[in-house]
This record gives sequence, C-alpha cells and structure tokens, in this order.
Amino acid sequence: MAHALRTRRGLGRWAQTWAGVATVLVLAELASRTGLLPQRYFPPVTEMFTALFAALGEPWFWLATGQTLQGWVLGLGIAALLAVPAGMLLGTSVVRYRAFRAVIEFLRPIPSVALVPLAILVYGAGLESKVFLAVFAAFWPLLIQTLYGMQDVDPVAVDTARAFRLTRAERITRVVLPGAVPYVATGLRISSSVALILAVTAELVIGSPGLGREINAARVGGAADLLYALIIVTGLIGWGLNSMFAAAERRVLHWHPSQRGAR
Amino acid sequence: MNPARRRRILLIALEAGVPLAVLAGWWVWSVGADSFYFPALPTILTTFADTWLFERVGSDVVPSLARLAAGFGIAVVAGVAIGTALGLSPVARRVAGPLVEFGRAVPPPALLPFGMLVLGVGDAMKVFVIAVVCLWPVLLNTVDGVRGVDPTMLDTARVYGIGGLERLRRIVWPSALPQVFAGMRTSLSLALILMVISEMVASTEGIGYFVLESQRSFAIAEMWSGIVLLGVLGYLLNAALALLERRVLRWHRAALASALR
Amino acid sequence: MLEVNGLSKTYGEGERTTRALAELSFTVAEGEFVCVVGPSGCGKTTLLRCMAGLLPPTSGSVSLRGHVVAGPPEQVGFVFQEYSRSLMPWLSVRDNIALPLRHKRLGKAERTRLVEEAVESVGLTGFIDHFPWELSGGMQQRVAIARALAYEPEILLMDEPFASVDAQTRADLEDLVLRVRKDYGVTVVFVTHDIDEAVYLGDRVVVLTQPPTTVQEVLAVNLPEPRDQVETKELPEFAHLRAHVFRAIKRRQELRPAT
Repeated sequence: MAHALRTRRGLGRWAQTWAGVATVLVLAELASRTGLLPQRYFPPVTEMFTALFAALGEPWFWLATGQTLQGWVLGLGIAALLAVPAGMLLGTSVVRYRAFRAVIEFLRPIPSVALVPLAILVYGAGLESKVFLAVFAAFWPLLIQTLYGMQDVDPVAVDTARAFRLTRAERITRVVLPGAVPYVATGLRISSSVALILAVTAELVIGSPGLGREINAARVGGAADLLYALIIVTGLIGWGLNSMFAAAERRVLHWHPSQRGAR
Repeated sequence: MNPARRRRILLIALEAGVPLAVLAGWWVWSVGADSFYFPALPTILTTFADTWLFERVGSDVVPSLARLAAGFGIAVVAGVAIGTALGLSPVARRVAGPLVEFGRAVPPPALLPFGMLVLGVGDAMKVFVIAVVCLWPVLLNTVDGVRGVDPTMLDTARVYGIGGLERLRRIVWPSALPQVFAGMRTSLSLALILMVISEMVASTEGIGYFVLESQRSFAIAEMWSGIVLLGVLGYLLNAALALLERRVLRWHRAALASALR
Repeated sequence: MLEVNGLSKTYGEGERTTRALAELSFTVAEGEFVCVVGPSGCGKTTLLRCMAGLLPPTSGSVSLRGHVVAGPPEQVGFVFQEYSRSLMPWLSVRDNIALPLRHKRLGKAERTRLVEEAVESVGLTGFIDHFPWELSGGMQQRVAIARALAYEPEILLMDEPFASVDAQTRADLEDLVLRVRKDYGVTVVFVTHDIDEAVYLGDRVVVLTQPPTTVQEVLAVNLPEPRDQVETKELPEFAHLRAHVFRAIKRRQELRPAT
C-alpha cells in the first residue's frame, strides 16, 4: 500500500511538471490563434512544430546543426588542450602563478565578442573565425577552474603524501591531480556552454555557416515559424550538452564532500 | 636578507614585472612588425585617446552602458522575484522546472533574431534581450540560495513569529544573498556580451557598432581602440561588482572565516 | 501550565516507520525548571520541537494554559543547540535580539530597553554592536539566550543549549540560566543528555527511555537553593540523585540490544 501511495505521489509530481509545459504551450497556441498576439510575430505553437518536423527532413538543417556542433567541439577541444595544461603549470608553482595572475585577471573579463571584428579581419567568415572566438571564450573558465583545483588540495593529504616519502612528481600525479579532476569537470561544463554561445554568435554576426545563420535567414525571410523552430532546436542542443556534462560531473565528483548527501 | 623576505620581494617584482614585460613586448613587436592587422601599440593608444577621450562618450559609450544597466537591472529584480517564488514552493518548482531548464539552455545570441522580429531594432529590443539572457543565472542561483537557508534559522523565525515579508527581508534574502551575487557575476559577463552583439547586429550607435563598423571600413587602429575599451569596461564592471559584493557580504566572509577557525 | 498528553510521533510510512515518541505524558508547573534527560538518540529534540509547535505530533497533544499547541505559541521562547546557525550572521547582537520584537507592538524606546536589559543580564553589554561571528561559542549562546529573554516568554524551551561549549563555559552558562530564570520569573524546560547538568539545574528531572520513547521516571530534586557549582555538587544528595538517574537510564538500556 505504501508502495502504491508513493507511486501515486510520484505520478502527481510528474503530472505537475508536464502540466506546466502543456499549459504554456496551449496558452501560446490560443493567444496566437485568437490574435491576442500578432500571428506575424507569434505563430501558433503547432505551426512552429510543423516547421520543426519539416526541417528535420531537410539536408540543410542537418548540415547547419553539424556545422554548429563542429564549431562547438573544436572550440571546446582546443580550449581544453590549452587551458588544462596551462592551469596545471600555473597551479603547481606559486612563482608562476603570481607572475601571471595580473595578466589573467586583465584578459579574463574581456568580452570575447569584442574580438569578432578581429576574427573577421584575420580569419574571414568561415569556420576558423567561429573556432577562434569559441576557443578564446572557453579558455578562461577552464583555466580558472583548473587553477582552483590545483590550489585547493587538502594540506593534510599533501602532508600525508610527504610523510610517506612520495616524491614531488608522485605527489602531483597521485594527490594533486585527482583532487583537481572535479574542478576540471566543472570547468568543462561551463566552457561547453560558453563555446556553444560563441559558435552561434559567430554564425549570427559574422555569418559563419550554422544554425545561427539559419535563424537570422529565417528572420530576414519572414519565416517566423521556422525562426522559432530553430531557436527551439538550439535550446534543445544547449540542454542536451549541459545535461551530458552535468551527468559526467556528478560521476567524477561522487567522492567529493559537496556531493555527499546531495544525491 | 633572509630567504623568506627575498622570496616575497621576488614574487611582488614578478607580479608587477610580468604584465609590464608583456605590454613592452607587444609594444616593441607591434612597432617593428608593421602588420596590417596588428597596428603599433602606440598608434592604438593615440587613437584610443582621440576616439574615446571624450568625443564618443556621449554618442556611443553612454547609450551602450545605459542599455546594459537597464537590462541587467530588470534581470536582477525579476530573477530574485521569480527565484524566490520557485525556491519557496516545490509545486511551482516542478511546474516551472522544464521551462526554466529550456530557457537557460537556449544560446543567448539565438534570442536576438527573435527580439528583432518582435521588437524591431531599437533600444527596447536590446534591453529585452540583455534582460532575458541575464535572468537565468540570477534566477537559478536565487532558487538555490532560498532553498539552502539553514533550517535552524527558519525554525527560529517560526518560534519567534517572524513570517511573511518580514521573514523574506530579514532571513531568507540575506541568507540567499551570497548565491544571488554569484548569479549576478555570471549575468554581468553575459550582459556585456549581449550588449556588444546586439549593437553589432542591429544598431547605428554603441561601442559594438563602432568596433564592427571600424573593421568594415578598415579603420584598424579604431577597431583596436574599441576592443581595448571593451576590455577596460569588462574589467571595471567586474571590479565594481566585486567591490559591491565585498562590502555587502562582509558578514558572509567573516562568518565563513570564523567557522573554519 | 504546560501539559504533554499521550504524545506520539511517528516518522515515515509503511515498513520504514520509526516510532520516535510513544504515549509520552508529563506536566510542567508555573515557574518550574524541568530538565528532560535521556540516552542519546532518544528523541529529546523531537519532543521539544513538538512542545514548541514546530512539529505536529502524530497523536496526543501539548497544551499550554489549556490551549492545544498547533503552531509556535507567542508565550514560548526557544534556545537552539546550534547557536551559530540560529543567530543571523548579517545582524549585529543588538539586531539579532531585536528581530523577534519587531512585530510585537512596542514603542521604540520600549524595544531598546528590552534589548539592552537582556544583553546586560547575560553579561554582554560591551558587545552589543558586535556581530555573532566575532564572539566565542559561549558568548554566541548568551546572545541566543538574551534574544529569548527579550521576547519576554512565559516559558523558555532549551534544546541541549550547552552541548557544544567547553566545560568551564558550560558551568558559567548553567549559573547564568539559573539567575535569569529568577530575574525574569520564567518557566524553563531544559533538554540535555548530561545527567549532572539535569540534576544541578532542575526542580524536577524527567527521565526518558530509549525509542520508542516514553517517560521512564519523574524525579523531584530537593537540593538547597541557591545552587552552587562546587557546594551543590559535593552534597551526598546530589551524588545520590545522579546515580539514581544514571541507573534508571542504564537499566532500561540493558533490556534492549545495544545500538
């Protein structure tokens, strides 16, 4: 009986969750159909999804999605290859850290999009521009997280390693690096969304091929239903990537105090 | 001189010296390179002084910052309000959950064409887009902060009959404030990014417009001066928020430090 | 004045039910100092939270002056064990104490007087504008006591208030509580796991059993007033009483498997 009760309550929660989404969708549909919102700007939800399913059958849609993801993966990958070793290098030496701290603090807050004109100038409107911007933006969160991770090592753990006469290299590989992994995971999650933002920005502003450019084209062409459909697609991509990294983060973080009792 | 002192002096010298060395390196290289893309640093600085001190402040910098402030302000107020409601009510959290998850997952620039379609290319569109994008970090952090209020504090409030708005003002919000600030920090960076992009895509004034226009007309030194200005603004805005946070959350840091003592 | 009547509290449902309190009854008279003592994990805190109206009982009731407690009554002040978490770190000592007074319709002068008197009676006059985190643990608990006193409660519920301070501070705070109880003429229910503390402070001691918890024994403490940390504890009656309570708890424990 208790089991049945629990299930019923679980069902109640599930129903609440989807009731919210359903209500918003129905209200939006009605507002558009009745003309409460101008149909030119707010097409009915059903039409958005019709456009979305139509797009799913078009090769250009899959090409654009692939191009956006290509910019994202290259941007994040290159940023990780640069930022993680740099963070490790700076995080393992007080001298190196202090030498570059001010430089980092100055470069980090520069809005990456300020470099859009430079990217156009040097790389043109293609993939390189997109990747350059994504790398620049994704580099900083990863660098900072790696640095924190290297510095936030439990001193007792280091002393323990010392007491057991581990060498400096062993201390770094056995104690410091494992401790930094959760931080790097968090950095990857943040940088992943930043890289996606910059990929779409480049497509939108510079006109690099990808979903961002298609969204803008839909706007210029007055295809409001397609515009909304493509925004929904980018949202789903962002949500999917974020969930993927969040799940990975939970896995590598399972031993960390912040996760205990947090389920 | 003892070694500890010598080390301290070395560190300070490095901390000041390396940035200067980087600047000097850029200076020497850019003067010598005579590259089209990378004009000499002194040229950039002269152009910076000519352009931004203070000729274009009124026409470009002020409108940009005003839109940024408006969008950011709306986002903070709305984010705290909605975040508080969601934080206090599990039902509201479940109902709004998927919508919030989706809303924050949309890459911010993708909202620009939507804003332009519905609101045109004026200030309203830019403020709207900045506000929508900045909303999510503040909202989500507020939810976490409100949910994380210490149960003993809430019990204290109940025992002493502190309820309603009083409970929000005196207990829930102060307690959630560190998290709210964390959200605001993220939002501020996003606000700056959206300010620039919105001006690049749809504007005839503003810093973003100026930078892109300079590039299109091959005024490379002007373009660089704009990039430098955006860097300086980013730095100053972050520093200002950090300063505010330090003052407002003095109790938070002190309480943390005393808990670790 | 306060009546606990067949109080039961059950957590969870179905197979994972735990009975924390089972048919627990006792009374507290006007102006009395009652200590509740029991083995650790016996639901002392649950009991006190039910008495304060923070937790609804599964069955039975708590009544205060004949009225059944459904939510926190206005006549109750509460001192939590976790002083560092019940004081607001963003408020000064003064504002922490004044916080509950804001909605009592008092004049500004009256409010200031209540706060300052309470601070003085716990011996923190010089620290009124400090923040909680600038004070030691013992001093923070004094602030929590002052907050409860300034609220002018008729009954003060204290949940293991001195469990996390050192021994010397603890003795000072015990004497402080005895003194302010006289000054303010307040009824006190004091929960503790420390048998010495219970016997030293109480007019009566309520001994609880292991869960499902009920009242094992209620013991009158007829030690001479005023109590004194050295002299009272040297009395043969004191030793006798604490041995009695100790055996009562111990005997009951031996009847059930060790936890």
